[in-house]
Amino acid sequence: MGMLRVALTAIALAACLAAPALAADIRIACYSDANECEVTQDLAQRFMQANSDIRIIIDRVPFKAIQESLPVQLAAGQGPDIARTTDFGAIARYFLDLRPLVKDAAYWDTNFADTLAWMRTDPNDKGIYGLPTQLTVTAPIVNATLFEQAGVPLPDTKATWDDWAAAADKVAKATKTQAGMALDRSGHRFAAGAISYGAKYFAADGTPAPIDDGFRAFADRFVNWNKTGVVEREVWAATGGGSYRDAFEDFANARIVVYYSGSWQLARLQNSIGDGFDWKIGAEPCGPAACTGMPGGAAFVAFKTTKSPKEVARFLDYLASEPVYAEMMAKTANIPAHAGLQKSGVQYDLPPAAKEAMAQFTHDAGQIVPLAYRLQGYIYSRPIFTATVARLSQAIVGELTLDQALARIQDDVKTAVAAAK
Amino acid sequence: MAEARPLNLVRMMAGRGLAAAYAGTMNILELPMRVAQRSLGPGLAWLFVGPNLIVFSLFTFLPIVLNIWYAFSGSTNLLPSQRPWVGLDNMRALLSCQNHFDPSSCQRDLFWHGVYNTLEFVVLQVTLMVALSLITALALNKKVIGQGFFRAAFFYPVLLSPVVVALIWKWILQRNGVLNGVILSAGGTPFDWLLDARSAFSWTVFVSIWAHMGFYTLILLAGLQAIPRDVYEAAEMDAAPPWTRFRRITLPLLMPSFLVVVVLALIRAVQIFDEVFVLTGGGPGTATTYLVQFIYETGFAQQIREYGMASAASLLLAAVLMLLTLAQLRLVRRGNG
Repeated sequence: MGMLRVALTAIALAACLAAPALAADIRIACYSDANECEVTQDLAQRFMQANSDIRIIIDRVPFKAIQESLPVQLAAGQGPDIARTTDFGAIARYFLDLRPLVKDAAYWDTNFADTLAWMRTDPNDKGIYGLPTQLTVTAPIVNATLFEQAGVPLPDTKATWDDWAAAADKVAKATKTQAGMALDRSGHRFAAGAISYGAKYFAADGTPAPIDDGFRAFADRFVNWNKTGVVEREVWAATGGGSYRDAFEDFANARIVVYYSGSWQLARLQNSIGDGFDWKIGAEPCGPAACTGMPGGAAFVAFKTTKSPKEVARFLDYLASEPVYAEMMAKTANIPAHAGLQKSGVQYDLPPAAKEAMAQFTHDAGQIVPLAYRLQGYIYSRPIFTATVARLSQAIVGELTLDQALARIQDDVKTAVAAAK
Repeated sequence: MAEARPLNLVRMMAGRGLAAAYAGTMNILELPMRVAQRSLGPGLAWLFVGPNLIVFSLFTFLPIVLNIWYAFSGSTNLLPSQRPWVGLDNMRALLSCQNHFDPSSCQRDLFWHGVYNTLEFVVLQVTLMVALSLITALALNKKVIGQGFFRAAFFYPVLLSPVVVALIWKWILQRNGVLNGVILSAGGTPFDWLLDARSAFSWTVFVSIWAHMGFYTLILLAGLQAIPRDVYEAAEMDAAPPWTRFRRITLPLLMPSFLVVVVLALIRAVQIFDEVFVLTGGGPGTATTYLVQFIYETGFAQQIREYGMASAASLLLAAVLMLLTLAQLRLVRRGNG
């Protein structure tokens, strides 16, 4: 009996020693604009081969789940270790500061200075909360074939929003297209025009103050364009509340001439339109104050609830390293948020039209004014954008006058910010 | 006959097998049950009710208590322990208006738009739904060719997910949708069905009736089939015309089923959300924003999640639903009395 016990103990011990070290599981909630999750999966596979003590599990989820379910999960103390998100303000309080965990914090500071700030909650915060996986920029996407058919020249780099609207309307009428222009149903897209017309969005003391003469000037134009049919009315008016809706399908089916969206649409433009018609990225429309688009972008953010903070930092360090990051940008056709790569350039393997589009997007990104970065990085930017969409839609369908809509936007933002504090 | 014998044999064997399994199980259970009965006495009842009570408490009673707590507490924190008590502040904010008949004069105008839209929807949808269900049930109760097919056809939309229903109708009604395609091909002028406030509202009523009518028709059909034939035969012998038979026999005897249909349709109409949210998103403007959408957006869809405000609105909605249920009980009792 004694011999048997010794033998069993020896076998158990040997089994324990022979077993590989227990792998740390890192779960990533990932949504894709195009193929970001697939590319991350490939990179993670390579990372796991070199780091057998870490297992990366990528859960592909819809964007709506990131926006609506993730905050509730995190509030309940659950949630993934990492998530790909664009809505930093809503979940900033759950972010894990990676500064003490990453290999070289200075590398992160140098290369991601502008976009790391978007994940911070106040100007004195120096935390590193995640890896920006793309820099996006809004810009007009043009159906060049329709312009050519109508014999109307493309608006140049100094063209105002009014010039763009007039040109698009002319082309639409000449080619019997449904509408001249469309903007995604998003306060973020609207903000590009508003800032160009002089909107400041913030009061002198830094509190949000979206309504001013600049905002009013662009809102007035936008509501009128919707009423007169220059802008495709269905995109903003057919939906209620602050829900997002894009106009990509309208553009891809040549029902609109100019589509104001952003660089994240590049893969869809390539895949959906193909040889259907020629499309180009236009220069940023101007206003009296600027010719700017709005920046944006997603990031892989880490959460405090993770049981493996060191491993999370190791994986994000790997993704942030210049060659891996460059590969990720090239394969996902995104503009890098990495300053070094912005200078040296990414070798995109794209067809000529997409390459030309990427060059224009990169050029437009260089024109973004600081206020646009500030607004995008503001923790409560989403309530501003949501109120803009919901209330201007009411003005477009005639439920509110423009003045009433603007007053409601101001009230909604004030109420939302007060509720958050 | 020869083929029927083995079949009967199989049935008999299966029946015996089942009976033996049942008896065996009961024998195994008998001893522990006797012991439990002796030791627990009347408390044994709790053993049977317990599992259901636990499930009910966790998934029904606890959420109600939490909802009440959220409605009277503030902040955007999710955990109840982190939410400070604010008393009636949320209710006050919801109900604060300069003129309650003008939603735009209210502090929370979207809530009031939701209330008025829901009221209008309930009155219109329930009236039409009940009337159409009754007419359909009466038609399906007749002996017609393809009766089974028609019953299935009317019931089929009930089996569809609300999201599927909404997507189908969105595909039909959108600007470049099927309906405008048909109108165009017939030489007509297309119309923006979901861009005009009255049209969008009417379509939400129509789509919800289309999706749910089969269910209520089925209840009424069952009620109609339960009416004894001999009552009608007696009326026929008395030469009562069809309308009199309907008024004096069908309607009174159908009343219990009819009441169930009215109350279920009312409750369902007050809770309208899913189909409409996918079909119109509450638009154009706030033309189809109903109360539950306000609750959902306030509590879950916005960056700043006002759980307290959403819960306060839920409580008000619950109060309305309770009133409707009480009205149903009273009506049923009066009907029985």
